[in-house]
Amino acid sequence: MTSMILNGERRAVRAAPDTPLLYVLREEFGLNAAKFGCGLGQCGACTVVIDGAAVFSCVTPVMLAENRQVTTLEGLGTAEAPGPLQRAFIDAQAAQCGYCIPGMMMRAHALLTRAPDASDAAIRAELEPHLCRCGTQMRILRAIRRAADAMRPRSTAEAGR
Amino acid sequence: MTLSRRAVLAGTGALILAFSLGSARAQTETGKGEGPRKRGLPGSLDDTPRLDAWIRVGPDGAVTVLTGKAELGQGLKTALLQIAAEELKAPLARLSLVTADTGRTADEGYTAASHSVQDSGTAIRHAAAQVRTLLIGEAARRLGVPAEQLRAEDGAVLGPGGARIGYGDLVTDALLTAEAQPASSLTPAAEYAVLGRPVPRIDIPAKVTGGAAYIQDLRPPGLLHARVVRPPSYGAILIEVDAAAVERLPGVVKVVRDGTFLGVVAEGEWTAIQAMRRLATSARWRETASLPDAAALPDALRALPSRDSTILERGAAGGAGTVIEGTFTRPYLAHGSIGPSCAIAEWQDGGVTVWSHSQGVFPLRRALAGLLRLPDDKVRCIHAEGAGCYGQNGADDAAADAALLARAVPGRPVRVQWMREQEHAWEPFGPGMVASVRAAVTPDGRVADWTHEVWSPSHMMRPGPPGALLAAREIAEPFPPAPPVALAQPEGGGDRNAIPLYAFPNARVVHHFLPEMPLRGSSMRSLGGYLNVMAIESTMDDLARAAGLDPVTFRLRHLTDARAGAVVEAAARRFGWDGRSARAGGGFGFAFARYKNLEAYCAVVVEITLDRETGRVAIERVVAAVDTGEVVNPDGVANQIEGGILQAASWTLFERVAFDRTRVTSVDWSAYPILRFSAVPRSVEVHIVAQPDQPFLGVAEAAQGPAGAALANAIRDATGHRLCDLPLTAGRIKAALGA
Ligand code: FES
Ligand code: FES
Repeated sequence: MTSMILNGERRAVRAAPDTPLLYVLREEFGLNAAKFGCGLGQCGACTVVIDGAAVFSCVTPVMLAENRQVTTLEGLGTAEAPGPLQRAFIDAQAAQCGYCIPGMMMRAHALLTRAPDASDAAIRAELEPHLCRCGTQMRILRAIRRAADAMRPRSTAEAGR
Repeated sequence: MTLSRRAVLAGTGALILAFSLGSARAQTETGKGEGPRKRGLPGSLDDTPRLDAWIRVGPDGAVTVLTGKAELGQGLKTALLQIAAEELKAPLARLSLVTADTGRTADEGYTAASHSVQDSGTAIRHAAAQVRTLLIGEAARRLGVPAEQLRAEDGAVLGPGGARIGYGDLVTDALLTAEAQPASSLTPAAEYAVLGRPVPRIDIPAKVTGGAAYIQDLRPPGLLHARVVRPPSYGAILIEVDAAAVERLPGVVKVVRDGTFLGVVAEGEWTAIQAMRRLATSARWRETASLPDAAALPDALRALPSRDSTILERGAAGGAGTVIEGTFTRPYLAHGSIGPSCAIAEWQDGGVTVWSHSQGVFPLRRALAGLLRLPDDKVRCIHAEGAGCYGQNGADDAAADAALLARAVPGRPVRVQWMREQEHAWEPFGPGMVASVRAAVTPDGRVADWTHEVWSPSHMMRPGPPGALLAAREIAEPFPPAPPVALAQPEGGGDRNAIPLYAFPNARVVHHFLPEMPLRGSSMRSLGGYLNVMAIESTMDDLARAAGLDPVTFRLRHLTDARAGAVVEAAARRFGWDGRSARAGGGFGFAFARYKNLEAYCAVVVEITLDRETGRVAIERVVAAVDTGEVVNPDGVANQIEGGILQAASWTLFERVAFDRTRVTSVDWSAYPILRFSAVPRSVEVHIVAQPDQPFLGVAEAAQGPAGAALANAIRDATGHRLCDLPLTAGRIKAALGA
């Protein structure tokens, strides 16, 4: 049986090892954030972070998450206590229908963790695999910029400790 | 014999419908308001006058606001609550909203046509104001003071000497059963506390934290998962399939086949998908080559039988001047919701409850009741939010799929979600269209003659009639195809925005309505407005150039509507139009329209840089000005306009439904590319031209026409070529430059 560390907690997986991670997250663990958009690795709606890297959960068999750290948007905070990236998306009102947003946020999370000083151009380039049909991209970029700016002093402070 | 008639005669149940040319129904896009007003009451109150159909107050003072419209990602919930809170004088936090539900809310037709704030917002506003008046009246009676000495504030009525009675204490069972009156004491704009403010949307926190926000996230107890196997092409017939082998798979509950309708119900979602694939592999179909030559789609459309109407005839034809003409074409466009359509249905006691992201739960109920041969009251449809739909996507069809599959497993809810390739192949596309304009400009810069002709299939094939649903055409005893609907002027369908807002002395506009549908089509944002505005605004640019006039000046000269002029001037000023300076590869484009000639005014300026080697367009800067009458939520307006600009940029630069003579072939995001981040503008600014004393105007579709046209005009400016066939791809631009 596969097991993974999902949002910080070790979880055993019942599903067959070749089941795409997306269905395990949504069905077995009842999580909502990772979305089915295409199942083809073309839109980014299903994006989660595994060991720091953004992956399409719709085309990632759950066995590849064995013993690894899987982070979904649920792992970044709650509506009552949103994390800094979530706060930034709320402040920038960066959603129309919002269906594409969790995937975008997870890729942004991976980027800002790895490169807190990411430039605007780097953020845009990073988001290339993600589609938004509502045309919310300007706000998504603003929200990620805000989050980066809000997170940087803290990470700098942490680095200085 | 037409292709489509042949398909129908062959009994293929094709969607390509060729029914009698005279059978089109007169209808509005919202399915409401076609007749004269019944009671002279504002907005949707006219249909549903009882106050408690809109506003209910609990004994604890909590307020429930009810609307027959649906949240589609446009921020409607927040806007309606702002309106209710303002007029009720109750804190936003005490308000909750119930949206479209045939079991609970008023029937407000479709959430479409940028009508929601006008219809439902107006009803809620007046209902809330009248409820406030009733509550004050009740307080006056109890306190024994005249109502004039009382005022409402913060969910309570306040009176002399510190008297204060909460709404929950005032409300009685009978109080709000009253019918609305024609006049309400509305709050003057100067006193607004909530209305007109950028209140944060109530739905966003759940959406950015993984809360249950969408129909896809509903998990009622006992939920089963289902998938359908759609035919490979329009009108294909299922000849055989090995259902038994799939039914034996572990976790599969049932395979359902009814004629060509085929689906599978399973305990788990991934099991359902694998079972669907097994079914699809074993299925054999008979297909019909019924599609036109994609490369010659505009000619194929113009060759179809048409019902012609002259929708504008002004002055005399043939005014002299320099003639500019152009024929503009758009391919079929996909709505392309990021989340494929989904529905949940549950049968109980011979009736069915269906959760759907349909834009019209009441019309959907009628269609499902017909399909299932049930009385209306045995079907309940409840709206649950999906991904943005931008018109009619597969939502209603998925609801029919779920209802049919759930009937096979009564007592358990069944969730159907379409696969990406099903949504891309089977959704009702925004129809392919042709618009041609011929105009003449005098040497002193006056438009002396103007002729606009537009050819378009129906933009309104929503249920209502069961035959509008895919499954109803696939079952063994299929329903007849729904008759094509030509939406009438002044709002129009394919001819939406075909009548120029400019004051041309001599003008005629002809609508060639095409009752046949080479591909399945229906409503998509702005309907014909996008192409008609593209045709008008491209021609205006070319006329200005022919007359040697600045395109903004030229437009202003022909605009008599002061609000139109103000929006044009605002966009030009905010952009710095007069100070713009040419640079290598640079291009500037301007365009304006008033959506439907009835809704929001919007002017857009676009600056691009063109890479002449590749033909690639980089959008540098977009500035829009919009007048949407009274504004409920300025940030909501900006969000909608930004979205419209980016969506129109995607349509204009990239999009085209591809097909061969039998099948739709653009069935994923690589075959149907849309805007990605590398093509997102460097900056987009939206400026609202405030008109606080004017009625609400619909805004969700205001930007698409002018944004697409401004981009086309910028490409003309940068290349020196007028490209008229959409999409304006890099390949086409490069080809034009090479010519
Ligand atoms: S759903 Fe995984 S990339 Fe689209
Ligand atoms: S906000 Fe709707 S798809 Fe991005």
